[in-house]
Amino acid sequence: MKPSVSLLTFAGAAVGAAATPALAADLNVTVEIPRLSVAEYHRPYVSIWIENPDATAAGTLAVWYDPDTKEDHGTKWLKDMRQWWRKAGREMTFPADGVSGATRAPGPQKLVFSGTRGALKTLKPGSYNLVVEAAREVGGHEAVRVPFVWGKPGKPASAKGAAELGAVTVSVK
Amino acid sequence: MSLKTRLLAVAAAGLALALPLSASAHRAWMVPSFTVLSGDGSWVTVDAAISNTLFFPDHRAMRIDGVVAIAPDGTIQKLQNASTGQYRSVFDVQLNQAGTWKIVTASNTVTASWTEAGEIKRFRGTADDFAKAVPAGATDLKTIRGSNRNETFVSRDKPSTEVFKPTGKGLELVPVTHPTDIVASEPATVKFLLDGKPAAGLEITLVPGGSRWRATPGDIKVKTGPDGAVTFTLPDAGMYWLNATARGGESVPRGQAGGMGAAPAAPAPATALAGDGFSASYTAVIEAQRP
Repeated sequence: MKPSVSLLTFAGAAVGAAATPALAADLNVTVEIPRLSVAEYHRPYVSIWIENPDATAAGTLAVWYDPDTKEDHGTKWLKDMRQWWRKAGREMTFPADGVSGATRAPGPQKLVFSGTRGALKTLKPGSYNLVVEAAREVGGHEAVRVPFVWGKPGKPASAKGAAELGAVTVSVK
Repeated sequence: MSLKTRLLAVAAAGLALALPLSASAHRAWMVPSFTVLSGDGSWVTVDAAISNTLFFPDHRAMRIDGVVAIAPDGTIQKLQNASTGQYRSVFDVQLNQAGTWKIVTASNTVTASWTEAGEIKRFRGTADDFAKAVPAGATDLKTIRGSNRNETFVSRDKPSTEVFKPTGKGLELVPVTHPTDIVASEPATVKFLLDGKPAAGLEITLVPGGSRWRATPGDIKVKTGPDGAVTFTLPDAGMYWLNATARGGESVPRGQAGGMGAAPAAPAPATALAGDGFSASYTAVIEAQRP
């Protein structure tokens, strides 16, 4: 039963993609979490979201925090990703399916966001920024923006953070 | 209890009521630890004091027996762990509802004088007590209606606006930009009402906190338009003390009290208010968030 349902869903998505010229592409993102030598290190809370040209949010792709702490106190830190929180986060319910995830260790994190799911499924072709916003307990806050064009495969673009984030690379495939 | 001692008692009660806000040379404030929070385990702790330096408790504690926390659904919630020290009061608010909370202390007082059998009588107290204590048709009756309001706002999860419903008494703030959505370097707009009507031409002073470490106070002065709205851009992130005072009455011709409308209606039943005046003050602590 289950495979046929997902096949149907997939077929539906394919029809939707055919109706609009935008192909059901994937968004490949690499986020580098820098290795910091500080006295008290906590992995950063990170939100990965799409920003419209007018700086409003077009959708949230991922939020890394502690969804499993006792009494769900991990949500207490969501507000610290302040730009995302103001523009998108506070409208959402956590944990959010397909968005919530655990914090990640330092190093490059490779992510693939499917164009057939979540925020990308309904994203209209056009120019956007991918925003990666990080906040660290007993640490700083930083947001890195990388422009990308949704709707056709393009060259990878990247930007680099100065403190809480390393290189962020985005490509539409 | 003779009438005189009763009046004295009432006057003392009125004085006590006004005490948290009556320090004219000093600034009263309530500073929450956060104005934006997320998650259902959220609490804020609030410092309340009257000080010279913003926001350092250097003069005396604010009395908090009149402070209430209004929840997003409009209900009044208990302050927790309240304590008053020499220089400041502290209390916690458990944000057990999502939305915007208002922490507020407000008082409405009447100060009056009149002549009775050749003797000048005075009164200071609530409007209700005024009606009881001052005889109807008192001669040479002069009144000053005072209204003081001191507020701060905290949003948990999505901000809401229920707590901004005006009471129609004194000076009040109504959001255009939500007070917990004010961001440094971005313009913010709020509206002021005086007794429920737009407070036009009202001067608003915004003073940034941290003044102990600045050579200049850095006050920002702005004026409301005909609709009571005012737009300002706060230069830096941080806590700001916002204040406005509207005065009017005998010395100011009616309708010209800074364009803020006629003097408010007198409390019944003392109707002949020759020489009636009013003084309404509004104070809030707001945060300009880092962009």
